[in-house]
Amino acid sequence: MMTGRDRPPFTAGISSDLPSSARHRAVTASEIDRLEGRDVSTHTLKASTDRGRAGDKIFSGISLTAGILILAVLFSVAVFLLVQAAPTFTADPTEITGGNGFTSYILPIVIGTVIAAIIALVIATPIGIAVALFISHYAPRRLARAFGYVIDLLAAIPSVIYGAWGYIVLAPQLAKGYTWLAENLGWIPFFTGPASQTGKTMLTAGIVLAVMVIPIITSLSREIFLQTPTLHEEAALAMGATRWEMVRMAVLPFARPGIISATMLGLGRALGETMAVALVLSPGALGASLIRTGNQTIAAEIALNFPEAFGLRLNELIAAGLVLFVITLIVNMIARFIITRHKEFSGAN
Amino acid sequence: MSKRIDVKDLNVYYSKFLAVEDVNINIEARSVTAFIGPSGCGKSTFLRTLNRMHEVIPGARVEGEVLLDGDNLYDTAVDPVTVRGQIGMVFQRPNPFPTMSIRDNVLAGVKLNNKRMSKSDADDLVEKSLSGANLWNEVKDRLARPGSGLSGGQQQRLCIARAIAVSPQVILMDEPCSALDPISTLAIEDLINELKAEYTVVIVTHNMQQAARVSDKTAFFNIAGTGKPGKLIEYDDTTTIFNKPSIKATEDYVSGRFG
Amino acid sequence: MAANQTLQRRQSQLTRGHLPSYAVWVVLGASVILGAALASLIGFSVVGWAVISAVVFVIAATLVTAVAEGERKAKDRLVTYLVYGAFLIALLPLVSVLWTVLQRGVPGLSYNFLFTSMNGVTGATDNQALENGTPVLGGAYHAVLGTLQITLWATLISVPIGLLTAVYLVEYGAGKNLTKAITFFVDVMTGIPSIVAGLFAAALFALLFGPGTRTGFVAAVALSVLMIPVVVRSTEEMLKIVPNELREASYALGVRKWRTITNVVIPTAISGIASGVTLSIARVIGETAPILVTAGFASSINWNVFSGWMSTLPTFIYYQILTPTSPTAPDPSTQRAWAAALLLILMVMLLNLVARFIARMFAPKTSR
Repeated sequence: MMTGRDRPPFTAGISSDLPSSARHRAVTASEIDRLEGRDVSTHTLKASTDRGRAGDKIFSGISLTAGILILAVLFSVAVFLLVQAAPTFTADPTEITGGNGFTSYILPIVIGTVIAAIIALVIATPIGIAVALFISHYAPRRLARAFGYVIDLLAAIPSVIYGAWGYIVLAPQLAKGYTWLAENLGWIPFFTGPASQTGKTMLTAGIVLAVMVIPIITSLSREIFLQTPTLHEEAALAMGATRWEMVRMAVLPFARPGIISATMLGLGRALGETMAVALVLSPGALGASLIRTGNQTIAAEIALNFPEAFGLRLNELIAAGLVLFVITLIVNMIARFIITRHKEFSGAN
Repeated sequence: MSKRIDVKDLNVYYSKFLAVEDVNINIEARSVTAFIGPSGCGKSTFLRTLNRMHEVIPGARVEGEVLLDGDNLYDTAVDPVTVRGQIGMVFQRPNPFPTMSIRDNVLAGVKLNNKRMSKSDADDLVEKSLSGANLWNEVKDRLARPGSGLSGGQQQRLCIARAIAVSPQVILMDEPCSALDPISTLAIEDLINELKAEYTVVIVTHNMQQAARVSDKTAFFNIAGTGKPGKLIEYDDTTTIFNKPSIKATEDYVSGRFG
Repeated sequence: MAANQTLQRRQSQLTRGHLPSYAVWVVLGASVILGAALASLIGFSVVGWAVISAVVFVIAATLVTAVAEGERKAKDRLVTYLVYGAFLIALLPLVSVLWTVLQRGVPGLSYNFLFTSMNGVTGATDNQALENGTPVLGGAYHAVLGTLQITLWATLISVPIGLLTAVYLVEYGAGKNLTKAITFFVDVMTGIPSIVAGLFAAALFALLFGPGTRTGFVAAVALSVLMIPVVVRSTEEMLKIVPNELREASYALGVRKWRTITNVVIPTAISGIASGVTLSIARVIGETAPILVTAGFASSINWNVFSGWMSTLPTFIYYQILTPTSPTAPDPSTQRAWAAALLLILMVMLLNLVARFIARMFAPKTSR
């Protein structure tokens, strides 16, 4: 990697000991000489160009500015959200939606968000890891790449289309199953009846989210599975291990931190995903049953209400967004931290 | 179009680590000087300090003076870019720019410095440089083709043509043949012999026969042990170094008893 | 004795205790039959049949293996089936989504749909179209234009910033603390929920131009927040794989660092960079949530990103489904939504293909 600076510190900033006009003349002369192939015997090494050096400074300055701008954007995301959310915290509790202050407004939808994300992860994590394992160690070599593309395709489909699919295709299909669950497993709090007849429930939303999270978990896990030292794998196979024993002994222990952070990143996505939930869930009050109409997530709450909101309601929704931002930020930072630490220890990369 | 180099009391550091210690050497204009020595003895590092290329490695710095016909390269007002315009370099592995044609590769130094040139001047420069690198006859019909399509030896000669197109005073070569087959190596060695008529050539090589074949003077570098700085042990006419060196370590090295 | 041995085919010592390869197919056949029987007990359906057969097969095959070949082989086989099964399960939604979009989207994808807006189309128009059996009026022209304009502006904002940041990270800032900070926060930025990015842009413009400022440009800013980290990461990777030798060759010719970067390093990496940018466009072109809160919704064409509300294909789909133009007869709206979904998927797939094409075709030929 290119790392050096063009000049060492001890020559920095001493380019102005000649009048610039004099130097310019020297340069032009020497350039002509050089182009004509003449020997430049009076040539001095000090004949440097101010313009050239300025170009270097300007370019490095611009790229530095761009980098700092990114930090500034992230910082200002936090600040602007905070400023716009502030009125919510100072307002009279009775003016907040629900009439009991911000905490009792936000808490149910925070819990709803977490429930949806947990459902998604419970479904997506085993499937995502198994699919990654399929592509890295089980599928026929020649097809593995193609299968990888297919899973990437899953990630390329826009979320609104998943939402529409969940709303129109998946929910009615699941509604029958929900009725059956309510009748036969109704004693479990999650499946308390009466089941939603449209199928637009938390469980459906969670399943759609799972579909969107699978490619994230798969692609990250797959990358790490492929980094498993071949030596370890061959050592396991040479001992007479079956393929599963090899995976369990060599691949999974190596990949554990990677799997954890992949799951965390999937969690981040599931927490923040908006459209799937906004379209698939008929929102309502918080409740334990996953197959009844009800519950709501932060992202969907914002998307459904923001277009018509004004005044304090607007601040309230931005405050909800701030809460979501903080939650996902923490989840993502933990995931990134695990990845960075893993990189340092494994020597991979 | 050729200048001499005088090095006075030069130390090279990587951060705090002293890599090359106290080198004094005078390199004549229009001659070929070879640097030999075991791996890690600092000869390549030292070569890079002759056109300030070491500065692209973070933490690398020098103390002392390198004079190009009396002008100190490390004078505070000197821009390394100007230095490199006068002292060109050819690297271990041929590295033509993959996005450019053969012609553009030769003109790269001129064009990238934003100098304007008429088409006929550019054509002349391309022909002159490629002829100077003994490559013109092989590539004159395919100047618009990518440089990376040439063989390794041709690529290396293209890199030499690229270096001489900016009309340097000195050409530094860092093991230019180590990635090439014997026939290509011979072509480069012939070329080095021709280049010294116009340029000062300094070449680092691992191959003692090569040093004996191409150089007028030879400098032997050695290192006392890992973690110790490299030093210039002996510098003399090539025939003297290979036939009756005055220092025991040199004799051991050139006779193959060590290194 | 000797004659006996030649008459009896000797079984290989290496295959002893192994199930013959046809055993699996036998188990599969039995499972399918048993699955059909069990499925008809609880009311026959193809889905039920497939699910029950699969479960029966996995259990039966594992048990058979356990009896014949031992527990270790059985575990291995079970995991293999589960892993293959997981892949098939993951394919189901993909196939279902693509099939739905194709099946329901193709009928609506007409010239009329592509080149008219929803201007003047009301519930009455839709009801009439249904009653008379005439083609559905109204289309997504305005939404396509909105998508293209907003995405274009987002690209114009993100690419320079992303590219220059990557240049800083790779060429200037290696090893510095600022570099580590930027890299970390760019990674964190990748995880910002898209709706939060939308709220940020909305909040920013609300402070600058008063509350309720909704234009295409606000949406472009929101999308940039999502796009920049993707551009930075992909460009960074591409710049890192440019061999150092090329930079050194350029410096050795007396070329300045910035000209080395613009004329040697970036051209060498350009195919990878372009492909990364294309993928980042594909990622944001389907974003819905940030558009909802920044650009509002429009039913007519708006050529000006700096004033007035604007629709994009994703928000068009969303509103057509959630609030059908004619509440009593949602079918025409649903049809338009699926046609728009098909159009959007085609755009995204096209961008993905273009990205792969660029990466493959314009990669510099380093034949070494």
